[in-house]
Amino acid sequence: MEKTWNNKAWFMVLPVLVLVAFSAVIPLMTVVNYSVQDTFGGNQFFWAGAEWFEEMLHSDRFWAAMGRNLIFSAIILAIQIPLGIFIALNMPRKGWGVPVCLVLMALPLLIPWNVVGTIWQVFGRIDIGLLGYTLHALGFDYNYVNDPFDAWVTVIVMDVWHWTSLVVLLCYAGLVSIPDAFYQAAKIDGASRWAVFRYIQLPKMQRVLLIAVLLRFMDSFMIYTEPFVVTGGGPGNSTTFLSIDLVKMAVGQFDLGPAAAMSIIYFLIVLLLSWVFYTVMTNYDVEK
Amino acid sequence: MDLSWMAWTLPTAAFFITIFLMLVGMGVWEYFSPGGNPRVGILRFETTRGDRLFVSLLGSAFIHLAWLGLIGPNLWWALALAVVYAIGVFRFV
Repeated sequence: MEKTWNNKAWFMVLPVLVLVAFSAVIPLMTVVNYSVQDTFGGNQFFWAGAEWFEEMLHSDRFWAAMGRNLIFSAIILAIQIPLGIFIALNMPRKGWGVPVCLVLMALPLLIPWNVVGTIWQVFGRIDIGLLGYTLHALGFDYNYVNDPFDAWVTVIVMDVWHWTSLVVLLCYAGLVSIPDAFYQAAKIDGASRWAVFRYIQLPKMQRVLLIAVLLRFMDSFMIYTEPFVVTGGGPGNSTTFLSIDLVKMAVGQFDLGPAAAMSIIYFLIVLLLSWVFYTVMTNYDVEK
Repeated sequence: MDLSWMAWTLPTAAFFITIFLMLVGMGVWEYFSPGGNPRVGILRFETTRGDRLFVSLLGSAFIHLAWLGLIGPNLWWALALAVVYAIGVFRFV
């Protein structure tokens, strides 16, 4: 059949293009311009070529922050995705429990990031915080200010508390969209609980899980506010993730050139990993 | 309009103009020779022409970074390698 060509739809995309140009493309172009120059302020720039990129690629500090960030994202995905699925599977599908659960799940998502950080900073303190004080009273040597392991545990638990509900809500949306007929057929076939999950619920949740994995990966890989408020990147540099390091470099040290080069490398890695996630998961869907 | 805060240089302007011309070129190519439908290449997944341009550009960026990190600041050979890589992507992916 002859395809009807109508290019008027492109005009509908124009407002988004303008918005993206101002919010993303122009800042990105500026960062690229900064990354090949040096400045001491006063809008004066000196050509540096690829020097900052070379410096970044040979910087132990950069690779250490990258390693910490990758480990953090891997842990976050490994906890939040299965936990989110588990909670969504056990949430009620009808009755008064539905709105109660949905509101409870949405609550952490409504709290601003810096407030979440402040809550956990106080919560974990061993002198006045409920968590820190209780753990200390029970005999645990917990102190997120001095101990890198405790700082990591606190930041991870905080992120799980803050963001698992996003995974839950997405999975729940996928689960409630499954028609009852699927469950009835499974019941007639005598399918086990596992078989229902593996062959009905999981495939039906796949699209929302793709979104959940992508969102949680990108968010955790770009995390800044919460760990900055709780640990400030410490103790030492143990919770200094890429974005915290970037802000230290750009704002704290006013090294705009190296910070811009770091931003671009960071951006390219986020772009690559997101593309890999997206391609693998969408093609798995196509193959099926 | 004062754009001095954007700190433009001739090489970076040339870089962005090249990217822009590539996008325009892709549009012109598609207009005169439609063929942007997905196909399955050596990576065993569907790609359109736009996907292949994206893979080429992203891969080229990493080729340049790898060259810079492992070999040195003379990037002309990295550029040549990136062009060969992009041709390969458009031909086989």
